[in-house]
Amino acid sequence: MVFKKTFSILATATLAVGLLAGCSGGNKDQNASNGGSGGSSGSNVIKIATQTPLSGGSATLGESIKLGAQLALEEQQANFEKLGFKLELVPYDDQGDPKKGVANAQLIGADKQIFGVVGHLNSGVAIPSSEIYEKYSIPMVSPANTATDVTDRGLKTVNRICARDDFQGPAGAKFAIEKLGAKKIFIIQDKTAYGSGLAEAFKKGAEDLGAQVVGFEGITVGEKDFNGVLNQVLAKKPDLVYFGGLYTEGGQLIKQARDKGITVPIMGGDGLDSSTLVQIAGDAVKNVYMTSAAGLTTATDAGKQFAEKYKQKFGKDIESYSAYGYDSMGVLLKGIENAIKENGNKLPSRQQVAEGVRKVQEYEGVVTKVSFDEKGDNKYAKIYIYKFDEAKYPAKLEDEVSKQ
Amino acid sequence: MIEQVLHTLPQVLIDGLALGAVYAIVALGYTMVYGILELINFAHGEIFMTGAFVGTAILLTFSGLGWITSMPAIITLVLVLIVTSVLTGLLGMGIERVAYRPLRNAPKLITLITAIGISFLLQDLVRFITELKNGNYILTGPNLFNKQIGIEASSILSVFNDASVKSSFFIVLGVAIVMMITLDFFVNRTKWGMAMRAVAQDRETAALMTVNVNKVIALTFFIGSALGGATGVLFAVQYGTIDPYIGFILGLKAFTAAVLGGIGNIRGAMFGGILIGLLEMFAAANLPIVSHGVLGAEYKDVFAFAILIIVLIFKPEGLFGKVTVEKV
Amino acid sequence: MKNWLSTIQANKRLQAIMIGLYIVVTFLSLYLAQKSVIAFLLLLASLLLLYFTTFSNRIKWLVAGLVMVVLLPFAASQGEAYQSYMEVATLVGIYIAMALGLNIVVGMAGLLDLGFVAFFAIGAYTYGIFATSQANNFMPFGHYPLSGGSFWVFIFIGCLAAALFGILLGIPVLRVKGDYLAIVTLGFGEIIRIIFNNLDKPVNITNGAMGLASVQPPKLFGLDFMYPSQFYYIVLVILLVVIFAVRRLEYSKIGRAWKAVRENEIAAQSMGIHLVRTKLMAFAVGASFSGMMGVVFAAKQTFVDPTSFTLLESITILVMVILGGMGSVPGVILGAALVTILNLQVLTELTNWLNQLSLNGVISIPDALSPAKMQRFIFGAILILFALYRPQGLLPAKNPVFKKEDLTDTSGHPPMNAGVQKEGAQHVHLDS
Repeated sequence: MVFKKTFSILATATLAVGLLAGCSGGNKDQNASNGGSGGSSGSNVIKIATQTPLSGGSATLGESIKLGAQLALEEQQANFEKLGFKLELVPYDDQGDPKKGVANAQLIGADKQIFGVVGHLNSGVAIPSSEIYEKYSIPMVSPANTATDVTDRGLKTVNRICARDDFQGPAGAKFAIEKLGAKKIFIIQDKTAYGSGLAEAFKKGAEDLGAQVVGFEGITVGEKDFNGVLNQVLAKKPDLVYFGGLYTEGGQLIKQARDKGITVPIMGGDGLDSSTLVQIAGDAVKNVYMTSAAGLTTATDAGKQFAEKYKQKFGKDIESYSAYGYDSMGVLLKGIENAIKENGNKLPSRQQVAEGVRKVQEYEGVVTKVSFDEKGDNKYAKIYIYKFDEAKYPAKLEDEVSKQ
Repeated sequence: MIEQVLHTLPQVLIDGLALGAVYAIVALGYTMVYGILELINFAHGEIFMTGAFVGTAILLTFSGLGWITSMPAIITLVLVLIVTSVLTGLLGMGIERVAYRPLRNAPKLITLITAIGISFLLQDLVRFITELKNGNYILTGPNLFNKQIGIEASSILSVFNDASVKSSFFIVLGVAIVMMITLDFFVNRTKWGMAMRAVAQDRETAALMTVNVNKVIALTFFIGSALGGATGVLFAVQYGTIDPYIGFILGLKAFTAAVLGGIGNIRGAMFGGILIGLLEMFAAANLPIVSHGVLGAEYKDVFAFAILIIVLIFKPEGLFGKVTVEKV
Repeated sequence: MKNWLSTIQANKRLQAIMIGLYIVVTFLSLYLAQKSVIAFLLLLASLLLLYFTTFSNRIKWLVAGLVMVVLLPFAASQGEAYQSYMEVATLVGIYIAMALGLNIVVGMAGLLDLGFVAFFAIGAYTYGIFATSQANNFMPFGHYPLSGGSFWVFIFIGCLAAALFGILLGIPVLRVKGDYLAIVTLGFGEIIRIIFNNLDKPVNITNGAMGLASVQPPKLFGLDFMYPSQFYYIVLVILLVVIFAVRRLEYSKIGRAWKAVRENEIAAQSMGIHLVRTKLMAFAVGASFSGMMGVVFAAKQTFVDPTSFTLLESITILVMVILGGMGSVPGVILGAALVTILNLQVLTELTNWLNQLSLNGVISIPDALSPAKMQRFIFGAILILFALYRPQGLLPAKNPVFKKEDLTDTSGHPPMNAGVQKEGAQHVHLDS
């Protein structure tokens, strides 16, 4: 008798738990597909994911990419509504960690409504994650990955709109040696995939042009005291100091270098391209040069409009990567639009979208023109060289180097 | 090769001292808490970071109010130091009350987990507040002591190069020395200091001797955290820009310094901190020269840890640690 | 409530019915509602319920095997989220093995090791270097990358390499005690990571910060293992071996030696336990588990670089061990599973859900507070709450319970500790 009673209670309890699981599962399903009033109305939703670091050391850059992409997506929503599709943004945080990037990539692959990814910031995260995107045929357009390995593997879904390290480094070296007359160069890098790769490329370019590299030292990301390395610079007395790394360390390095009395020009890569560099380094930023893959956003009218809209919507000033993110999303959406039209205005498959994105040619973005070559690199990727004459961002445009 | 090393020696010494002073005071916080509670307070690095942020926030408010130009910089700094120390001291006391006291009788490693949890919590909290107010979690404070002072070391010995030093260095060093001497005096010459040493030696017997153990522990946390917070302000003044993640790495190095000096030993912690600062600076400046290019400056952390390991192999209690006789 | 529990515990049939019903219901809900992360987690939780039942060990293992090998993959495979679930499950498996390794070092032998991820790195790099063209840079013979078939051999090589490093690490720190050991092992972990980050000059062994890309996937009978669902089975097999090894070691002479060393070194020495050998064994065995999983990890990610092996990883694994209950194998498994799932799946899903809500205008969250960035905060808060309210761990270590009859040897002589029998109890507890 007692047995029967407890049994029935327990049976009901188990069923309740199971129903709850099923119910919330159904709910999750609804939420995920955003079907609204249930049913399979999720078939007209196109989601684009962004995967950038939103927490941790490079969060400002990751955030700016996400916001730029968000702006681009929201501008195109009306356009896609006319074609009968609803656009949505799904931001992911890869925390700059390859494991998280891969795990998120699996989640992205699992969500059948996601048709493209704008990301990543760190090449070390992009490389393993892109292997997963390739398996699911989801196109990835990278606003910021400069390592050569990203596209050198010949994957069909990996594209980038920024210049590669092996183009940016030598371009910087050429400017330093020819225009600034540097014969002895001291190179500092931050020992990450980005900083190392860029510094190596610059070193090779400099040596090819006959300059002497008097030092090649590394610093650690997250440190604030660079006096040790700078003491070495003082001892070697170079004509130019090159830094491969991001603005957090770069700003401190520049400030401490000037404090020590190092007055020679300091040059860096696109990792320095941020208003925070000026904020950190202050007046020390004078006589600092920078190569970047982003043109002066505010030089063109389209760029100025973009900066205005960004400021209005998010309350923050643009970073250079905001424009990259904006253009990456723009290219991705163009590719999707082409794929839709080719598919007779019906929802295309991921494969078709990936092909459509790779076929994008002559896309006019806010900061760069985009045409993908067979590896997914941007044929129109230009390198711009900036100089900081005063403690103001953006800097003055000195020179442009194109691929041809 | 030796000549090259000697050229930069004065500069390396000065930079190393500056760095070492910061490590030393943070190490003090670690060692004091360990001495009393046998607990590695992982959250101490974050308290240091919070102090830096609080100090910078106050400085920014002052400069917004226009007070900075009207007061001599030293007075501003002292004011900020006092306010920040008190605030971080209270924060440290609060953390002890909430998270460590309930676990005083639990297995020791559980407090490690709590400390790690608090460390994560503080990091994200500070980041979130800074981002809300500032749009960016990297904060740059106003420039206070910027004058470059040259030291003609070449007049001492001709092989030395001239060194140049920022005036903030003297401030940092000065304040650090004052704090260390005060702490030493407090621990060794006052009644409360004696109570702290008693509780560190044997908690139950101290309680039997009418020492209020809870109050002493709270006081230890207050002092340790206050010192950590003050160092944070000094750090912010020295380097100008701070972000929520400085506490982690610095805390690690300071903890290494505390262990090197013999954990639980206050003078050892000070010595260990300065030693690690000097070693790191020396390695960063000279490793490529000494190793003929095989090892670069990025090995400086390895160098510091290697020295620690070697010291511990030969003297497992640290340089000044007491050899505890273990009885079964 | 107590009556309830004791009725359930006494009645095996009732338990069978309950567990069976539970598994069936969660299986069906995962099968039908694909995206339901909750159903997936509940199905995994059935293993936890299984642990609390009072069936014999054999039956428990059989049911667990059924769930893990057949039911879980089958249910998950019906939808698009298949690979992502399997990815989480595979990573959970990897972390469980590493946590078990650390459990031996910290939990059983009492050696606080904060640099444990170094062994993981060694395993990963061992396979990575030889499975990409990297080895061409310094090996005078052989043609690299090695084919995927060598993966199976490399599991053993990785195991041995990590064990070797474990011993090398253990030798200098034999005299160091307690919290000093923590900082020394931390130093070692960081040293290994920095060395790997910098070993691209003068001889390029690890390609420095750029990492090793395009690691060969394992190959068996011509089949390439590329998807997490396939790696899931590899991880499961290795995990079984690890759990088996840990169980046997725990109840063997060396296991008791570890526990003795943990409690009091000098007393253990006076009882004839060889201190150096015991400690080195602990390091070696713990490291070998990590090494094996490192090889699997490298093959799965197809990319190895030093940023996966930071101090934060070591601390996370330590958290898993302590949270689960130090020294207890089921506790550590639960702790590892919980922390990994929290970090990888629950927090991300929660963030996405909140993001969806804010997009739909239900609640508006200021950007700085966005859940994607608050993950550390939530993790920290959970740690503190756990530590405050359950300090002994989730499933604390229990000492084995022996029945008096088993202790009597066959010649009929009474056991030596017959005199310490407690009042009325038929069991003899070996108290710590």
